Amino acid sequence: MKRGLLFPDAASAVADIPDGSRIMFGGFAGVGVPLALIAALNEHGAKRLTVIANGTGERQGRPSTIEARLVTRAIVSFPVSPWSPGDAFQKGYEEGTIDLEIVPQGTLAERIRAGGAGIPAFYTPTGVGTSFADGKEVREIEGKLHVLEQALKADYTLVRAFRADTMGNLVYRNTGRNFNPLMAAAARVTIAEVDEIVEAGELDPELIVTPGIYVNRVVVVAGSSG
Amino acid sequence: MRVAAEIPAGAFVNLGIGMPTLVADYVPPGKGIMIHSENGLLGTGPFAEPGHEIPELVNAGGQAVTLVPGAVFMDSAQSFSIVRGGYIDVAVLGGLQVSERGDLANWRQANRRAGSIGGAADIAAGAKRLFVAMEHTTRDGQPKILRECTYPLTGARAVDMIFTDLAVIRVEDDGLVLLETAPDWSPEEIQQLTEARLRVSPDIHEMSL
Repeated sequence: MKRGLLFPDAASAVADIPDGSRIMFGGFAGVGVPLALIAALNEHGAKRLTVIANGTGERQGRPSTIEARLVTRAIVSFPVSPWSPGDAFQKGYEEGTIDLEIVPQGTLAERIRAGGAGIPAFYTPTGVGTSFADGKEVREIEGKLHVLEQALKADYTLVRAFRADTMGNLVYRNTGRNFNPLMAAAARVTIAEVDEIVEAGELDPELIVTPGIYVNRVVVVAGSSG
Repeated sequence: MRVAAEIPAGAFVNLGIGMPTLVADYVPPGKGIMIHSENGLLGTGPFAEPGHEIPELVNAGGQAVTLVPGAVFMDSAQSFSIVRGGYIDVAVLGGLQVSERGDLANWRQANRRAGSIGGAADIAAGAKRLFVAMEHTTRDGQPKILRECTYPLTGARAVDMIFTDLAVIRVEDDGLVLLETAPDWSPEEIQQLTEARLRVSPDIHEMSL
C-alpha cells in the first residue's frame, strides 16, 4: 500500500482543506462527480474557495457541486445549467458576488492537462474573434490565428473513479471519466473517491488510466457512482 | 431530418445538445456514421430504454445512451484533441444568431451576465464542416439570420451551412446563398424573415424530406 493512501471516510480525507483553497472537481452532466467528497467538503465548510470544474449545476437535486456559499470564484465552461435554473451559483454570477471566468470546455480541459504536465501556456484556435480572446495574446501560427491560454493548477483535486489499487492507480467507468484524469495530475493533493480498492497488481497495467503517482488519498465509498 | 441527409457516409459527427441530437434519429444505420459526444465518448448509440440505463453512460446532454460496436471512452482532453485536431467531419450546433459571414452566437444572450459555452467554441473552431440547425425566427418572429450578430460570439466565420424550418442556406465567402425552401414557402417570404441578404441559388428547389 502506498504510504498514507487510504482514508477511512470522506470527512477525514478533506478535514485539512483550508479557507481560500483552489479546488478542482470532476464530473460532466452529473456523471463522474465525487459526490461523497463534495458532501464532506460542504460539511467541512472551508470557504472563500476558487472552484475549477466543467459546471456548477445541480443534478436531480443531488449536491453535485461545492455549495455556492463557500465559493468566491468559479472557473467553468457551463455556469448556467438548464437542469437547475436560478440556483445559488447563478444568482452569485448575476449579482457579481461570485467572480466567474467562463472557459470553452476544450480550452478548460487542455489548461488543466497542461497544468499537470508542466506546460505553462499554449496556443489554441478556439475563441479567436470572440470575447474568449479578450485581453489575451493572439498570434498567427502557420497562417492561422491562435489565442494564448494559461495552464490551470489547484491545491486540491476531488476525483471520482471506479476502482483504485493500493498504489493509487485508478480506472474509471464509461462517461464518468471526463475531467477526472486531467485534474488528478494538476493538483498538489489529489483525493479519489472509488467504489472499491484492490491489491496492487490486480489492475492490468495496460488498462490503468490514472497512474497512482498523481494520487495522494483514496476513500472507498461503495455504490455512490452515477 | 434534412441535416441527416447532408452527412456523408462514414463521417465522424458531433451533435450539440438539444435539437441537434435529433439528427441521430434520422441517420440510416447503414451509413456508418460515428457520433462523438464531447463528454468523452466516440461511438454514441441510440438512447437507452427507460429502466435499462447503463450506469454512468450519458451523452453531452446528460441523456442515457447506448454504445455502437467499436465505441471508445476517453477523457475530456482527448475528446477535444479530436475536435481541435480536425478529426470531426461534421458538427451540428444550435444557434441563437448566425451572421451573413457565418459568425455563430449560441451561448449567451446580450442582457445576461452568465451563459454556458460548453464545447461549442472548440467545435466551431475545429470541425471540418459546421452546420447550424435552428428555427428561422425567434418566438416573437424576429430574424435569427442577421447582417451582424448582436450576441457574444461562439465562433467567427465558422458556419458552413444553416438548416432552419424554412430554408437550407450555404455560407459562402461573399454571403449567404439560399439553396432550398420549405414546402409552400417562396424565397421572397423567407427573405422577409431574414435580416441578412440571401442570394437565391440558380438551382433553388423545395426541400425533399
